[in-house]
Amino acid sequence: MTVLILAEHDNSELKRATMHSVTAALLISEDVHILVAGNDAGPVVKTASEIQGVTKVLYANNSAYEHGLAENVAPILVSLGDSYSHIMATATTFGKNVMPRVAALLDVAQLSDISSIIDQETFSRPTYAGNVITTVKSTDKIKVITVRATAFEAAIVGDQTAPTEEVKGNEDTGLSVFKKLEVSASERPELTSADIIVSGGRGMQSGENFVLVEAVADRLGAAIGASRAAVDSGFVPNDYQVGQTGKVVAPTLYLAVGISGAIQHLAGMKDSKFIAAINKDEEAPIFQVADYGLVADLFKVLPELAEELDKRGLSKT
Amino acid sequence: MKLLVAVKRTIDYNVKIRVKSDNTDVDMANVKMAMNPFCEIAVEEAVRMKESGLAEDVIAVSAGPDQVQETLRTALAMGADRGIHIKTDIELQPLAIAKLLKAIVDIEQPEVVILGKQAIDDDSNQTGQMLAALLNWSQATFASNIVLSDGNAEVTREVDGGLETISVKLPAVITTDLRLNEPRYASLPNIMKAKKKAIDIKSPDELSVDVEPRLITLKVEEPPKRESGVIVESVTELLDKLQNEAKVI
Repeated sequence: MTVLILAEHDNSELKRATMHSVTAALLISEDVHILVAGNDAGPVVKTASEIQGVTKVLYANNSAYEHGLAENVAPILVSLGDSYSHIMATATTFGKNVMPRVAALLDVAQLSDISSIIDQETFSRPTYAGNVITTVKSTDKIKVITVRATAFEAAIVGDQTAPTEEVKGNEDTGLSVFKKLEVSASERPELTSADIIVSGGRGMQSGENFVLVEAVADRLGAAIGASRAAVDSGFVPNDYQVGQTGKVVAPTLYLAVGISGAIQHLAGMKDSKFIAAINKDEEAPIFQVADYGLVADLFKVLPELAEELDKRGLSKT
Repeated sequence: MKLLVAVKRTIDYNVKIRVKSDNTDVDMANVKMAMNPFCEIAVEEAVRMKESGLAEDVIAVSAGPDQVQETLRTALAMGADRGIHIKTDIELQPLAIAKLLKAIVDIEQPEVVILGKQAIDDDSNQTGQMLAALLNWSQATFASNIVLSDGNAEVTREVDGGLETISVKLPAVITTDLRLNEPRYASLPNIMKAKKKAIDIKSPDELSVDVEPRLITLKVEEPPKRESGVIVESVTELLDKLQNEAKVI
């Protein structure tokens, strides 16, 4: 029994998201391979080979893989599929885009966003926006799986090196063409990998008021998030959104400011280690999941918080 | 141009989900049902394409028991021209639905199939990608903007960390993200008109599709509850707790 993991990368760097799948894979088998399908992705192959627990790296080098288009990446996984019991990727937008295509071509079901592994064919996964945990058993020969990153620790890079084997890739299918990627430029850490997240909701009242959130976030070296209400009101860009339909995060500290705590938001952050909430409505559902709640006006409290962080020498700016 | 839109009937997103006491399923008795929100966005997008003259014919498809016809009527009231109901009482999983949709695509020959990116019940996020695979078509998932032009669609996708734009060759499968559009409410005259629109009924057997589930549900349960914590009185106390008790800053 061998597990194959599809690496997520930009040809120069292996995304940390992939490390979480390695941990999940090691719960299934001791034999874990990583496929790097890329274009001159040498540095990615090197990192992948150094991850603890990885026994082999497969490297398919072809310009068709440059942008990770599903139509081009799926065929190589399908051609390798027969040698594996499980094929995995982390449930990022990349993994979610590619893996169902692979599953359908192999004529197997996909197990989406698994959060725990019961045995080699039985898995639990959140459904109904995390309000329900469903345990399912797969009857297929090959299990195609996407892994919820926040449910498994990231594997670490060690000092050993797994062997690399070059594999023959496929040519460009020509079905789709990459045009551009607009990355939201930010000096702050990325939401899904940040240790601390400060999130603002409808209570912020405007996009301009987010400077108050920024002031606290920057002092804490934190990422900035938002509720769907704040995004839909146009306060912040959509990639700030934490929740069922946005990003699922699990930082060490999640500070929710002016967020009521709708089910759809809680689904995206309730696995955080500590949750603190500031809201002027003491009935807000966010307080039911918060470790520390402060019932107060955020416009008064956020500047105070920034000032107090400075006073205590906790500020990172 | 002909468009096909797939729609799913799910528990209304405002309903608090309860699990049955025997842990076999979610309690669906007397629960309000509605069209999956991402599917509404898909229907809206197709209808807008028709209104702007890019498409002539919008077909809504749904699979499931008799009640899915209500969801199809909603799609027709929003502006779809006709409906197809694939009738079955068997639990349908994404691979089976993708196969059923492929069979309909083979008959109807649309140039674009639009689906919601995921259903808010099983949260699978698979059907569109699977359909594209089975058809060997291009796929543009998590769309926040679609521009149709001659033989291609330029689609902006919501990806982690930003927005990606790709150009896909038609025919293509497109799945919708939240910010693609804001779906309309059907007006009363349109709801009345929708009652007269045709819904064609087919069965999986007729379409020669094996819909046997591949995943067996063993248990359905509520996640462990998070204990609620303490209410602090001031910023100073909050920072004391974070610094000394939680030790996170």
